Amino acid sequence: MSKEKFIEKILLFIALSSISILGLIAFFIFVEGVPLIWKVGLQKFLLGDRWFPSQGSFGILPMIIGSFLVTLGALIVGVPLGISCAVFLCELTPPTFGMIIRPMIQLLAAIPSVIFGFWGLIVLVPLIREHLGGPGLSVLAGSLVLGLMILPTIISISEDSLRALPRTFKEGALSLGATHWQTIWRVLLPAARSGIVASIILGMGRAIGETMAMIMILGNAAQTPISILDSARTLTTNIGIEMGYATGDHRQALFATGVVLFFIIMGLNSLALFVSRRKGS
Amino acid sequence: MCSRTLRTKGRKITLPAGSDKGMKERKMGKRFIWLFFLFWPMLLNGCQQQKGGFTIAGSTSVQPFAEMLSEEYMAQHAQDKIFIQGGGSSAGVQAVRTDAAQVGMSSRNLTPAEQDLIGVPIAYDAIVIIVHPKNPTRNLAREEIRGVFSGKIRNWSEIGGKNHPITLVSREEGSGTREAFQHLIMGKEEISLRALVQDSNGAIRQVIADDPNAIGYISLGLVNDRVIALKIDGVEPSVENIKAKKYQFVRPFLFIFKHEPQGSGKKFLDYILSSEGQKILVHEGLVSVASISTPQTGTLK
Repeated sequence: MSKEKFIEKILLFIALSSISILGLIAFFIFVEGVPLIWKVGLQKFLLGDRWFPSQGSFGILPMIIGSFLVTLGALIVGVPLGISCAVFLCELTPPTFGMIIRPMIQLLAAIPSVIFGFWGLIVLVPLIREHLGGPGLSVLAGSLVLGLMILPTIISISEDSLRALPRTFKEGALSLGATHWQTIWRVLLPAARSGIVASIILGMGRAIGETMAMIMILGNAAQTPISILDSARTLTTNIGIEMGYATGDHRQALFATGVVLFFIIMGLNSLALFVSRRKGS
Repeated sequence: MCSRTLRTKGRKITLPAGSDKGMKERKMGKRFIWLFFLFWPMLLNGCQQQKGGFTIAGSTSVQPFAEMLSEEYMAQHAQDKIFIQGGGSSAGVQAVRTDAAQVGMSSRNLTPAEQDLIGVPIAYDAIVIIVHPKNPTRNLAREEIRGVFSGKIRNWSEIGGKNHPITLVSREEGSGTREAFQHLIMGKEEISLRALVQDSNGAIRQVIADDPNAIGYISLGLVNDRVIALKIDGVEPSVENIKAKKYQFVRPFLFIFKHEPQGSGKKFLDYILSSEGQKILVHEGLVSVASISTPQTGTLK
């Protein structure tokens, strides 16, 4: 066997082992989690609203609602900011300025989530508690911080999809007499729609998966939040906050929470893939 | 996959070896890669080997204290290695039963079903209710605390404070402190799901120190000047009151043995119960064994 073949084999082996680790993780989550869902009953597990693992109540509905509420809040904050920023970077900024801004946005993606959480805890939470009421540790604080955290994802993917548009789109619109703004709003943004939607969905995936910052600023009450000033718990923080001492059924219930999370993230990623593929055709 | 590539390597060696140096170096590199693949599982495994030591497992409330004591102890007795694991009080009992650990840690008394084991108190810890210093409340009846934490009392005005909703702060399910609070104060009442949940005593203290309307519970040893520990039924949670058995929300920290302690386990226990070990625990905010009573240690010495 030639040396080239040998290296190919090694690379294949390494690639397969990284994928098999993913498979292993999924396998273990399911092996640990599914028996409990079976035992409790899928409906009771997903739609139950009482979480008292030590007494055998395993309802994760408040966490599912919490996850989606916080994510929705993050999108409300992050999507307008992110898309505007992408449009600005792509269409309106002088190149030199863009060269300063772009690395800064990449830096934003590199900030560890615990720093975002700490900042939220020290700055946002007291502001909300003093001016809006409630405990401060709330859906609102979580949404604001998550909104910032998903900005880099949304900005970079949206900008890429705007840049990938053929020059002729813009030239055509401008030569028909459209203003620059009309070109952006009526031609470029709709044309880049699938990429932008994909960026939003990927941002959503990031928001749903975020754990550390959310443990710090959501307050983690296992209740369904009624207002945005209420504390909430997401699926990820449910695992993160309770895994330390969980044993037996309680531990399995946390894995089962992971199973639910797994399906949600899989769904979102497939959706993103589907949307961005459609662009190609 | 593995063996096939190994064979490839074998075949290569049988070929007339290229006399140029680069070839040899490359071969050496490959050998190293294989060595790495062969040995890394063993390396990982090696970390878990426990040679000439003993394992202590159980309550995560006791764990930090046991770790501190074991560090001191190992500094003096280099030949003894102590491995400390968490898992919770019940897991500690289980570990001692199945010989997975030589010593168990528990932050609750042994249940009637566990009386075949030997529990030795190494210290006592009190659960205290804390509020923000600006909160005028200084005393609550046990019933009021139950009402507050079960979510029936939701406003400070109902228990003599200003008109403001109460922010409840609790530990997560499974925590030893929560278990002790549930057992000692709440009884059969459930802790409200509206309660904020923090995953350590320190985090609870931080939330209380920031929020004038919050109330929570932590270990007495962790109370500092940023929070106020409330009297319960008029009794202040002080070491004196715990010694005099006036403040009753106290839990024991036990070391659990399957048989009469012996060998290195006994040596470590003796160290903890010595004045030096107890001094460390008292310094960390616990109440020493000697100052309460020594019901179960009598048989040991």
